[in-house]
Amino acid sequence: MVVQTPNGFNLDDTGQRIVVDPVTRIEGHMRCEVNVDEDGYIRNAVSTGTMWRGLEVILKGRDPRDAWAFTERICGVCTGTHALTSVRAVEDALGITIPDNANSIRNMMQLNLEIHDHVVHFYHLHALDWVNPINALRADPKATSELQQSVSPSHPLSSPGYFRDVQNRLKQFVESGQLGLFKNGYWDNPAYLLPPEADLMATTHYLEALDLQKEIVKVHTIFGGKNPHPNWLVGGVPCPINVHSTGATGAINMERLNLVSSIIDKTAEFNRNVYLPDVIAIGGFYKNWLYGGGLSSQACLAYGDIPENPNDFSPEQMYLPRGAIVNGDMTTVHDVDVRDPEQIQEFVDHSWYEYAEKGKGLHPWDGETEAKFELGPNLKGTRTNIKQIDEGAKYSWIKAPRWKGHAMEVGPLARYIVGYAKGHEEIKDQVDGLLRTMDLPVEALFSTLGRTAARALESEYCGRLQKHFFDKLMTNIKNGDESTANVAKWDPKTWPKEAKGVGMTEAPRGALGHWVRIKDGRIENYQCVVPTTWNGSPRDSQGNIGAFEASLMNTKMERPEEPVEILRTLHSFDPCLACSTHVMSPDGDELTTVKVR
Amino acid sequence: MSDRVLVLGIGNVLWADEGFGVRCVEQLAQTWALPEGVTLLDGGTQGLYLLPFLEEADILVVFDAVDYGLTPGTMKIVEGDEVPRFMGAKKMSLHQTGFQDVIATAQLMGYCPETLLLIGCQPEELEDYGGGLRDVVAAQIEPAIKVAITKLAQMGVVAKPGRTHSEFLADASIMHHAYEAGRPSEEDACRTGDDRFFPAAE
Repeated sequence: MVVQTPNGFNLDDTGQRIVVDPVTRIEGHMRCEVNVDEDGYIRNAVSTGTMWRGLEVILKGRDPRDAWAFTERICGVCTGTHALTSVRAVEDALGITIPDNANSIRNMMQLNLEIHDHVVHFYHLHALDWVNPINALRADPKATSELQQSVSPSHPLSSPGYFRDVQNRLKQFVESGQLGLFKNGYWDNPAYLLPPEADLMATTHYLEALDLQKEIVKVHTIFGGKNPHPNWLVGGVPCPINVHSTGATGAINMERLNLVSSIIDKTAEFNRNVYLPDVIAIGGFYKNWLYGGGLSSQACLAYGDIPENPNDFSPEQMYLPRGAIVNGDMTTVHDVDVRDPEQIQEFVDHSWYEYAEKGKGLHPWDGETEAKFELGPNLKGTRTNIKQIDEGAKYSWIKAPRWKGHAMEVGPLARYIVGYAKGHEEIKDQVDGLLRTMDLPVEALFSTLGRTAARALESEYCGRLQKHFFDKLMTNIKNGDESTANVAKWDPKTWPKEAKGVGMTEAPRGALGHWVRIKDGRIENYQCVVPTTWNGSPRDSQGNIGAFEASLMNTKMERPEEPVEILRTLHSFDPCLACSTHVMSPDGDELTTVKVR
Repeated sequence: MSDRVLVLGIGNVLWADEGFGVRCVEQLAQTWALPEGVTLLDGGTQGLYLLPFLEEADILVVFDAVDYGLTPGTMKIVEGDEVPRFMGAKKMSLHQTGFQDVIATAQLMGYCPETLLLIGCQPEELEDYGGGLRDVVAAQIEPAIKVAITKLAQMGVVAKPGRTHSEFLADASIMHHAYEAGRPSEEDACRTGDDRFFPAAE
């Protein structure tokens, strides 16, 4: 049966059903089912978050000043960004302002996380959807060297000997039977298009990125006191500045600041000489693979982030853009008000939750998190062994957030489309430059590759912003301003009896919001709407499909039993199911189960 | 030069017995004075973020809740090459695929610690978000620490009763006692009420 969704997709569930579970190389667990027609095109897509989520309820009654430490534990990737969102929400509720230095340091940490995540995502989670490391073993190191020099003349690591060494190392690793990181690939699938030399070049950069990411995280260690779980503070940042090294040990001194500066430079160089050129080079071979656009051409949402000045989140004062585009109208960018109860609402008609009032959408301040697990009548299999989910009923642990009723895409591509439509100068320059270099029309952005390219552009832009805030911090310090925290309202006695607040960030994977209600000094209600809740959302009461589902529609699969194309597109969102839902599955199989039914 | 040791606790403290590894490291820091060159780290569920710590270690001791299908609270000690395989054994908790990848990556990069020791404990309950350790698992913290202390002593790393300072432990608000004592009541925060969704396990 063919059904047209209000957001314009024709769903046809008559073809062969393919189940991919779990989707690997993501954070957390998800399952995906699609129907494929006779010619191999996806005509129906169903994405299921297979984990229950209950962070909200465990924060009830806790001290709001501690919420960041809990939210930092939700996820194995973006610890700091949840912590930042949390302290912003609490500060908003209590009317706490932070000093300028704290704003610069928080921005540097957030940008650092952004870059770290984008680099690791591209090389270690996503590249293998495009790059075949096994094919790299057949490459000619000399030709690889020539390719490297043509792609990125300023990158010093480009000699034939260098590539030969890497190739030998790779060979040993593979021959030792440890395929490890590279197992579960569909390495002879015709969807892989790179020549061996490009595969070797990209695999080499996989290793270089591993080395670099170790450096990048040191910025978190310096400003956050430690990593992988940096410290945060309501009212500022927990690291004192002491450039004269006369006070407390552990304070930020010149030596540490110099280290931050050198890491910022090194990372910027990698973005310029390796990451961006790789995306352009690899993208060049896949130029005709323009699937995966999904909602990006019609509905994008960004909250904005990286405020120039502390406590000012107006759109014109933030470097990452805020706005909403709906109905594909790129000429109008709507402003977004996360406090307005009519704008952001979460629906649970197809999610395993229950609201007191059926069919209604709830704003996060009034959010409810009551689980209700039930399966639809068209389910195939049993309760604990689901062979085919019934998407006509409840089918995911992810709620369905909507902006004024619209299903939205969030993330680097959404940010870049919003920025481009708003005429954001830096973003426009970057995008136009990339499209020119690759000789592609602007519509090419609305694709899986567009998502991957936007992430690379953003990584580069974030590097420049990081430098800006480093300089800003140094200027302040030179002028004698070493303040990093405002503790005037630290004592709960200074708080109102009841308060509510919201914190927003642009996490690496998209718009992130925490909504908090505080009563008598304790958390009364806490709700997180995370990027993957937006992107991975199931259908809503109107039947609109979410961004993951939309992005898979009408994609051609080379071999339905080898879901390279599905993984490629889902990975392009950098999904993070750990925080949008919770894991509870008895699998443990490394292998993705792929079932063609 | 003496060996550099990394004592790592992994797991998600928000998932009941999943927090076993992290709690072991916390208690170790509170009860034993370890010699210089030993780093105590709460690794949480982090993956690649742990690589820099692995690179700087010759000996790696990991505390973790691992499901071996044994009686809850049973300890399982695994050494050397067996470690990554055991971490990949049977069913996994949140982070294990991740940590197995971390070891594989360290091997690929040529800086995996030479000596590996995994001190695992069979969890009783993982499906209790926001919960703490169950008694049988909590009771294994001391014995698990004892194993680590004994094995380290055999390698020439001798600990004495006391405390060890580490910057790399959990924030005070989610340390073992504060975390469990501050849990909202069952009336306030639903703890069960949800059947779990099990993907096809074929």
